[in-house]
Amino acid sequence: MAEIRNFTLNFGPQHPAAHGVLRLVLEMDGEVVQKADPHIGLLHRGTEKLAESKPFNQSIGYMDRLDYVSMMCNEHAYVMAIEKLLGIAVPLRAQYIRVMFDEITRILNHLMWLGAHGLDIGAMTVFLYAFREREDLMDCYEAVSGTRMHATYYRPGGVYRDLPEQMPKYAPSKFRSRKEIDRLNEARAGSLLDFIDDFTQRFPKCVDEYETLLTDNRIWKQRTVNIGVLSPERAMALSCSGPVLRGSGVVWDLRKKQPYEVYDRVDFDIPVGVNGDCYDRYLVRVEELRQSNRIVRQCVEWLRRNPGPVMVDDHKIVPPRRVEMKGDMESLIHHFKLYTEGYSVPAGETYAAVEAPKGEFGIWLVSDGANKPYRMKARAPGFAHLAAMDELVRGHMLADVVAVIGTIDIVFGEIDR
Amino acid sequence: MSDASATPAGEAPDAFEAYAAAVLEAAGGRATRVPSLPHELHIDVPAEAIVAVMTALRDDPRVRCEVLVDLSGIDYLTFGRDEWSTHAATGSGFSRGVTGRYRAEPQAAPLPAAPVAERRFAVVYQLLSIAHNRRVRVRAYCAAGEPPVIDTVTDVWSGANWFEREAFDLYGILFRGHPDLRRILTDYGFIGHPFRKDFPLVGHVEVRYDPEKRRVAYEPVSIEPRVLVPRVIRDDNRYEPALLGHPPPPPGKPNG
Repeated sequence: MAEIRNFTLNFGPQHPAAHGVLRLVLEMDGEVVQKADPHIGLLHRGTEKLAESKPFNQSIGYMDRLDYVSMMCNEHAYVMAIEKLLGIAVPLRAQYIRVMFDEITRILNHLMWLGAHGLDIGAMTVFLYAFREREDLMDCYEAVSGTRMHATYYRPGGVYRDLPEQMPKYAPSKFRSRKEIDRLNEARAGSLLDFIDDFTQRFPKCVDEYETLLTDNRIWKQRTVNIGVLSPERAMALSCSGPVLRGSGVVWDLRKKQPYEVYDRVDFDIPVGVNGDCYDRYLVRVEELRQSNRIVRQCVEWLRRNPGPVMVDDHKIVPPRRVEMKGDMESLIHHFKLYTEGYSVPAGETYAAVEAPKGEFGIWLVSDGANKPYRMKARAPGFAHLAAMDELVRGHMLADVVAVIGTIDIVFGEIDR
Repeated sequence: MSDASATPAGEAPDAFEAYAAAVLEAAGGRATRVPSLPHELHIDVPAEAIVAVMTALRDDPRVRCEVLVDLSGIDYLTFGRDEWSTHAATGSGFSRGVTGRYRAEPQAAPLPAAPVAERRFAVVYQLLSIAHNRRVRVRAYCAAGEPPVIDTVTDVWSGANWFEREAFDLYGILFRGHPDLRRILTDYGFIGHPFRKDFPLVGHVEVRYDPEKRRVAYEPVSIEPRVLVPRVIRDDNRYEPALLGHPPPPPGKPNG
């Protein structure tokens, strides 16, 4: 009889289910995984070293490119760390705007995850549905920052500018009929807040749609129930956070436990799983979609009633308005100093963390009093989750590896940094 | 925003100090408190005691740091050094055309616990207690010498595995007892530790596809390193703690 040996399988980095540039070296016994060794770093850009060579504000754009599916949450942790070191308080309206966009980002991220995860394990339709709603939220990003993804919208001291009074509209073209244009522009007649409000009213129905496709779907359950089970003790020992930790039944959410900005003023619930398998993590994230929608609604309501400044009024940190620069010498000097040298941040170090859609995203920032960070370390939730991958897939079939990659929601921008 | 993220809402003001005292007690006299922002607990632990202290911090019921949130290296080689003098005026005027070299004389050490020259590398651990809803930052200086060495904490938290591999890759810190200390982020066959302060931003080698040899060729970098914005350190009295409205950080209390 021929000798039977384990063999090594190379999965990725060009595999459609690898969610980017993951190279996974799998040791297989037949179709059962004995050991998984993820090779990462193919997207390593040295973001932290780059940040150390630039004034503080010039690195905000790099933050978007870390977890490029939840852009504003990364910015949030970074500007929060700078604000802590500077000791400045952000205007209340800016805090509400940040919370609103954090939650819009969470919906964006979870929709991307839901679509990609579904696609990986054989549910095509949900991908198309999820991207339909993502498009509207991308338009919200574009309306406030001018870009659909890499917003650079949060700045130390607030947000770049106030919410626009007008929502950009679709222009007539030869590809779309008049009737279709009118339908698309229906929700865009008013301000951005009107558009978001309209979205939050539509969105719970959309989540219902995703759920009819998946939650009781026999194939979906066969692929996810009891796959990649993680006990609460192991989840904590493996540095898991966010939906992966909550899926294992640990009640832990920074928005509730260590509230930042105005999370202590909005009403929402934290969904928690029971079994710690892929299916529970799916349920947790779907419920988070609904809860985020709730938070966005409350923010819209508050923002409508309370106009006000969205930036601190300190031109040592925040550039002066262009109009002021034309006639005021001091504003011109401030502008010049800010854009040629930046501001010096007092010596010290801090760790600022936000509950990003994938888990705890933290920035450890060390300053020696210079205009550039001395050390900036981004704590990416996906990094810890991918490190737990080996433990999650051991003893599972090859096809389950894809389900596990989907369920830990990895994005290589933040893992490789 | 400000320090609200470090404290649970509506707690007694001295609960933080009580927890800090518990941490120092659990460390058994091996930890030193480092001045930090309000409501951020930062302790220094000698490298040789790191595993014992970490195990105590994880298991002590009053501390219970179940989660190692983050582990990272830091290189203090150029700490407090700038490229452009801001303290004295010159007769010749200033030029922004700096060479990227730090000035000879270091600025006055801005941190009370400023690192000394022999202690170049440190490993910093961010711990989280889910039970008590607290964070602790632990710093351990590696002993002087090349390569810097410290004991691994993978036996305390399994999650430390990749974090330590990353610190090894980027800073060259050896973690004694680590089960699988390989490079993680840099390329296969990479030479050097790129996040060290003496590793240039542009790197040492660049790659291109060589159509004659029909393979990827490694060559010395052809681009010149340049500095767009010089690094300056400005003492700014607006950031004096008294002016910011919060009390000055507590003095470092050795051994609790």
